[in-house]
Amino acid sequence: MITFVVQVENKPGVLTRVASLFRRRAYNIESLTVGHTETAGVSRMTVVVDTNAEGAHHVEAHLYKLVNVLRVDNVTARPNVIRELALIKVSTTARTRPEIFQLADVFRARIIDVSNDSLVLELTGGSAKLDRLLEVLEPYGVLEMARTGLLAMARGEGAAPAAGELTPTRSEDTHPDIAYSV
Amino acid sequence: MSTQRTGAQILWESLVREGVTCVFGYPGGAILPAYDAMLDYPIRHVLVRHEQGAAHMADGYARATGNVGVAIATSGPGATNLVTGIATAMMDSSPIVCITGQVGSKLIGSDAFQECDITGITLPITKHNYLLTRPEDVAATVREAFHVARSGRPGPVLIDMTKDCQQKSCEFTWPEAAVAQSGRPNLAPRDADLEAAIALIHAAKRPVILAGNGIIGAGASEVVRQFAEHTDIPIAMTLLGIGGVPASHPLNLGMMGMHGEAWVNQAIQEADLLVALGMRFDDRVTGNVKTYALNAKKIHVEIDRSEINKNIKVDVGLVGDVGQIVAALLPRVATGNHADWRAHIDAGKGDAAVRDIQNLPDSGHLYAAHVIHDLWRETGGQAVVVTDVGQHQMWEAQYYHHDTPRSLITSGGLGTMGFALPAAIGAKVARPDAEVWVVVGDGGFQMTMCELATIAQEGIDIKVAIINNGYLGMVRQWQEFFYERRYAATPLTSPDFVKLAEAFGLTAARVADRASVIPAVQAARAHKGTVVIDFRVEQEDTVYPMVPAGADLHNMIRRPSVLAETGADQ
Repeated sequence: MITFVVQVENKPGVLTRVASLFRRRAYNIESLTVGHTETAGVSRMTVVVDTNAEGAHHVEAHLYKLVNVLRVDNVTARPNVIRELALIKVSTTARTRPEIFQLADVFRARIIDVSNDSLVLELTGGSAKLDRLLEVLEPYGVLEMARTGLLAMARGEGAAPAAGELTPTRSEDTHPDIAYSV
Repeated sequence: MSTQRTGAQILWESLVREGVTCVFGYPGGAILPAYDAMLDYPIRHVLVRHEQGAAHMADGYARATGNVGVAIATSGPGATNLVTGIATAMMDSSPIVCITGQVGSKLIGSDAFQECDITGITLPITKHNYLLTRPEDVAATVREAFHVARSGRPGPVLIDMTKDCQQKSCEFTWPEAAVAQSGRPNLAPRDADLEAAIALIHAAKRPVILAGNGIIGAGASEVVRQFAEHTDIPIAMTLLGIGGVPASHPLNLGMMGMHGEAWVNQAIQEADLLVALGMRFDDRVTGNVKTYALNAKKIHVEIDRSEINKNIKVDVGLVGDVGQIVAALLPRVATGNHADWRAHIDAGKGDAAVRDIQNLPDSGHLYAAHVIHDLWRETGGQAVVVTDVGQHQMWEAQYYHHDTPRSLITSGGLGTMGFALPAAIGAKVARPDAEVWVVVGDGGFQMTMCELATIAQEGIDIKVAIINNGYLGMVRQWQEFFYERRYAATPLTSPDFVKLAEAFGLTAARVADRASVIPAVQAARAHKGTVVIDFRVEQEDTVYPMVPAGADLHNMIRRPSVLAETGADQ
């Protein structure tokens, strides 16, 4: 899996342009999130693609051919924080409710809605943590689930320059395994 | 004086400032405000008969000069008819700007009359496209569109303008410069990259340069020629690279690939170094990639970074303008001498020559190769030849020897039948002093022959050679080789092309024997105005050599010996 942070101009159709590129070049999107950034007019996408390092190089090169793309960072191999949010509705009875409260506590999930026969948990974390909670809730009956997809950010102070501020590094430099120069 | 202008006026004001003097188009409801405003600007409008022709004409205009070609059409069907032409320009990196009308912005999304989501449709076949709803955005968008179309790897851009955007007024201001794209990685080759390339060149014993369309786009013919001479490296051409290096140059081997000459493909397979300049290792060039040039190290000089390692893994990728990079390599690379290697390649030519149809004595049959060979001799190789797609296209590439860039205009990547006639009109409008010949099959000609009316109305002077074999010849050839001669839907009944041309008010002739070819070409050249010549050639003639799709490049179907035909080897 390769994780890209893509900064784009917030213009109509930009999501279609990015999504169309992945479809046309036959790359599978595992997850895609998009939202505003600290800069007006700039949106930020986190795209997780099912490909290898070589495919990542091509994806990055193709993304830069889109006029509305401002900056592409392949954060896969860099120190980064990756988070996802899930809402999970679980079936409950008077007997199981305390058990689920305990599980939520262990996972640091929040109970955000309670009714007679179900409750809704909110959990933030890495994908593995979300998967694990789902697994332990499964026996109680998961009625509904929604996940946001991944958000990614490189660690460190000022490590993610705003779009256009700094020339992005060549992926050939940061990922020598995909260098195309000898 | 007020500088208030309507969006339509701003459009033309901006186009004029971008240097546009001619557009190819077809009016309609949603583009009417723009057409109305056009009359007040110094613009020549060529009225096409089908919008596909407008896009091909803009494309031909661009390929003949390197300047951006402009097509204009209305919304809905006008816009969708451009699509084939836009995709053609995209595949061959040709800079065109298409302007389409769109229904009023309040009607967008309502399935209004002649509404069509053309920005959605053309998204994957343009470098970029725009939907404009406000006159305030027109000038900056036109400026940016032309910049996008001609910068980097050139390509098509579409601007869709709603009717109210054309009608409303605002202050006109021309932006100082097109918005520069920010944040692109600096991919300029580093010293180490250049050194790595030079080391490979110095070490090579059997090097070959692969010369592509990028050389023509970058205007790098001269520096590439110098580089080849300096290093003594023979050059193989892609179809679109033809003309980038003179065919008559002793280092020029000729065309590579599916219908390339045997000695060219053989040289590539035996090479120990390929220096790819402005080409993209298309599947028609490589054949089976698993067996392609296995012994060769590879240097790839290419302006589009996404092409590096896309089809063929290379040892050194140098991203940037091919002219600048070759110029940077030239002073640092040592003089080469590959006389033995070149002699080895040349040895393969003799073997091929006896099989060549050109060497066949007049047996009463008229072959397409004869027609194109004679056309080349009569025009002194100086014509701009615009070809369609199919057998005649390959024969033209084999038998017309192009010595100057932009003298062969053909649809390579998309392989668009119907391209030649409209593209030739665009080329002639762009270069009125050039002698322009169309070489086209009877199939492709009938796809866009309505543009004969455009020729008549505009007084265009081009010469059209229809290579008429009564078949969709290239498809028939595949059926012959790979489908047991089951000729499904390839026999073709055509109208009387002579009468047809005459109906358009054009001059026409028919040629069915070899002796009449040269007189007919001479008469056409002497005639002022368009001439259509219907060359009735051998019906089941075949393009040789041929690398079957996906086969190894060295496994060619070779020309049968001409001696067999004359009976001399019986």
